[in-house]
Amino acid sequence: MLKEGQVRIPSGCAISGVFSKDGTPVRGDRMIESIAVMHDRSNGLGGGFAGYGIYPEYANNYAFHVFYDNLEAKQQCEKFLELHFDVINLSKIPTRKIESITDEPMMWRYFVMPLSHKLADSQLDEKEFVARCVIRVNTNIDGAYIFSSGKNMGVFKAVGFPEDVGRFYRLEEYEGYCWTAHGRYPTNTPGWWGGAHPFSLLDYSIVHNGEISSYDANRRYIEMFGYRCNLLTDTEVITYIFDYLLRRQRLTLEEAAHVIAAPFWSTIEKMPEKERETLTYLRNLFAGFLITGPFSILLGFEGGMMALNDRLKLRSMVVAEKGNLFYAASEEAAIRVIEPELDRIWAPKGGEPVIVRLNQKCQEGQGCR
Amino acid sequence: MKRVYVNEEWCLGCHLCEYYCAFANSGKESMIDALKGETIHPRIQVEDGGEIHFAVSCRHCTEPLCVKGCISGALTIEDGVIRLKEEKCVGCYTCVLSCPYGAIMPGEGKAVQKCELCLNNTHGTPLCVQGCPNRAIVFEER
Amino acid sequence: MSLEYIYPEFEVIRNPERCIACRACERQCANEVHSYHEEKGVMLADESKCVNCHRCVTLCPTRALKIVKTDHTFRPNANWTWDVIRQVYRQADTGGVLLSSMGNPNNYPVYWDKMLINASQVTNPPIDPLREPMETKTFLGKKVHRVERGKDGRLINNLEPGIELTTPIMFSAMSYGSISYNAHASLARAARELGICYNTGEGGLHEDFYEYGPNTIVQVASGRFGVHKDYLNTGAAIEIKMGQGAKPGIGGHLPGAKIVADVSKTRMIPQGSDAISPAPHHDIYSIEDLRQLIFSLKEATNYQKPVIVKIAAVHNVAAIASGIARSGADIIAIDGYRGGTGAAPTMIRDNIGIPIELALASVDQRLREEGIRGEVSIVVGGSIRSSADVVKALALGADAVYIGTAALLALGCHLCRSCQSGKCNWGIATQRPDLVKRLNPEVGTERLVNLVRAWTHEIKEIMGSMGINSIEALKGNRLMLRGIGLNEKELSILGISHAGE
Repeated sequence: MLKEGQVRIPSGCAISGVFSKDGTPVRGDRMIESIAVMHDRSNGLGGGFAGYGIYPEYANNYAFHVFYDNLEAKQQCEKFLELHFDVINLSKIPTRKIESITDEPMMWRYFVMPLSHKLADSQLDEKEFVARCVIRVNTNIDGAYIFSSGKNMGVFKAVGFPEDVGRFYRLEEYEGYCWTAHGRYPTNTPGWWGGAHPFSLLDYSIVHNGEISSYDANRRYIEMFGYRCNLLTDTEVITYIFDYLLRRQRLTLEEAAHVIAAPFWSTIEKMPEKERETLTYLRNLFAGFLITGPFSILLGFEGGMMALNDRLKLRSMVVAEKGNLFYAASEEAAIRVIEPELDRIWAPKGGEPVIVRLNQKCQEGQGCR
Repeated sequence: MKRVYVNEEWCLGCHLCEYYCAFANSGKESMIDALKGETIHPRIQVEDGGEIHFAVSCRHCTEPLCVKGCISGALTIEDGVIRLKEEKCVGCYTCVLSCPYGAIMPGEGKAVQKCELCLNNTHGTPLCVQGCPNRAIVFEER
Repeated sequence: MSLEYIYPEFEVIRNPERCIACRACERQCANEVHSYHEEKGVMLADESKCVNCHRCVTLCPTRALKIVKTDHTFRPNANWTWDVIRQVYRQADTGGVLLSSMGNPNNYPVYWDKMLINASQVTNPPIDPLREPMETKTFLGKKVHRVERGKDGRLINNLEPGIELTTPIMFSAMSYGSISYNAHASLARAARELGICYNTGEGGLHEDFYEYGPNTIVQVASGRFGVHKDYLNTGAAIEIKMGQGAKPGIGGHLPGAKIVADVSKTRMIPQGSDAISPAPHHDIYSIEDLRQLIFSLKEATNYQKPVIVKIAAVHNVAAIASGIARSGADIIAIDGYRGGTGAAPTMIRDNIGIPIELALASVDQRLREEGIRGEVSIVVGGSIRSSADVVKALALGADAVYIGTAALLALGCHLCRSCQSGKCNWGIATQRPDLVKRLNPEVGTERLVNLVRAWTHEIKEIMGSMGINSIEALKGNRLMLRGIGLNEKELSILGISHAGE
């Protein structure tokens, strides 16, 4: 049977996320509890988590999480990494044996910094350099797959139900200011670890529930900008689009949301002139990045999180607040199970981004935690 | 009120309106049955002059000379349409002579005949209008 | 009298039971096929003059007429077919180049018909266009590389001028001269009503139609007929015609008989003189020359008009398109070998060029591989026959389509392919006043508007079934297509999988 990357596989899913605005650490197992409630929205063929603020001791290094199918791939990849990066630390990713999680690949974690002369030679900025290296490994080294590459954040994913995946990765040992989680319901796959979610590039990570109908239009457009969609999954292409819009075009999150889940022309026409001009411009210029079809996504990034639904809200998603904590999930139950009493809970409209960020002083690194 | 108007610019001189008119007023179900082997006497007639063609039928004038001149009361105005009551017509042809457009003509019997906007048959919108291939004949409010 | 080798191709079948001898057929046939025998009171026909345009058939009020292909036959021969033999006879008679009109009618594969469209089932929902917004608004033109912000942080509109369309369909270039005033009037009015564009073709723009400027693409072709500053500045865009699908690599020839007073004035050439467009633009012998013309036109219009470069789909089309994309053009129009013409040498029309489906697929892919797909929009034509063709073209990577033949059909054309005779019974491809008036622009406009609206409705339905609610999500979305009955090579050029994969 063909796996991700050889064939495009549609899938339904569950997503959940929590964000601590004042930076109070949240332990990873809390997210396990939340996503476990939506067990029926996954089918055991993929689960995963992304945590932000989990590597404070290596906060300034890129943390690469890598799957290897075989030793040869590991050797090849490490040779590449050594050639391009200063590897500050490397270790196996700690796991525990879980009956339902089998066939695990080798999993290694590297904390790295680009070699300064390599970076200078490339004439790229640091993030672009790292991104290109990641894409190169994933495209060119058969059997090696960098599935997490941001600073002070990490993705943990596997084939299995998300609650099992969480215990497998010993998430109770990590704590961070933001977590997202994903349970997968692919309709046609033997399951491949790399194909599980979240999907991540640099500090952007995406968990996504949906099946976008614009996929190939988006893929073929984003690939013009140096990205390679190796997995043929929605999440991969959405991540690249966000990376392109936010990092390379420096759009604001709201602007990026208005590209991806653009307001309808009929709505734009009724807007005040300046807003109308801006949105018309964005829709025209970035037409290839409009995403249609159902999706609800949680975009994690350094210091923040964004929840976004497709323009017609064809997938369920609710968000809630309790004190300094912000929650988002496919189902209300997934929030209530970890926070029964909420200050506020609502369903954002289609195409309307909900963005949360660390408080100002937190971002400045003072008095956080 | 809606009247039949002819736009000379688009009249092709195909004379089909004449055949549709003759059929409409034949009372027959099929045009073949009505017109096969017949000489037609349509209430609309195309005037041809070189490249110019123009179909002429009753204008339903607001101050019609034909009605004024009718000695038997056969011609009347009903809701703006000049109607003919055949049984009253004595065939004096005063109207034929007085119509400046030549839109009233002797009929097949004693009575004259003229366009009554297909109100006297079952075709609805005047059949000359329906049958015009170039929308040169229109039925509209002006 | 010399021997007539060619037996008439069609027979006029008149049902005497139905014919009422109204003589409409006789009055309407510019080829003088029909006549009336006064004594016998019957209609006669000379089928040798019949081009099978159906004017008489359509107007006959009793449906007494039909035209059939004659069953008179040569000894059957799969190699020396009827058409081939006739061509030889005609040339032996006349010593001339065979002329034909409209698109290549030969039995080459139609790739549109070998592609099938996807629909949503279970894993994502189809969208009902009657209940949800379904967007077809299309922008054509260059996309910039980098956004810019003003001091206040707001995004600055740094896009170069483009074309905005309500639906991704435009009327192809057909010159005033090759088609009639009323045909142009119909196209212009329909384009305005629909919020799309029509194209002047190479014959200039009649002064009456300047008011439709915002919906007009003005063409600059090798003959430069009717090109002047006001003309360039009036249109929504300027199209440089490098080639035409029906006759790649050759110019055009509008016979003097068609250069009547108005046509002569619009083209800015003497009345009655033949209008000859050279095969090349004599100021463009290479790509760098094209760049100069593009920028000359942009200079002339103060950089306010997007420039389209139209080429015929030929073997090396992807590389040519790449060159054009790098030469400052905003839009590339590609015309497939099935594209129509008012007149072209038959051998050229039927044997030169490649299918638009393959040309489009390879151009789109090539420009993406080079990372310059955003530099230009792609418009394809020749021949787009239905809304399904439009959807397939967009999914292959086109931004919009040009329709020519379909638009003419809407105006009444019956594809008799005799445009070159100038005796179009439908008032389209003629300058004879009595024939031109047969096309009432009010009717023509209405029919064109109906056609494009109907297609747009269908495009929305098809998009909805795919779960797509805006046209940009369809563009280049080749996963939405599957091939049927295509070989590996064809699939790889089209960039699609086979049905069942």
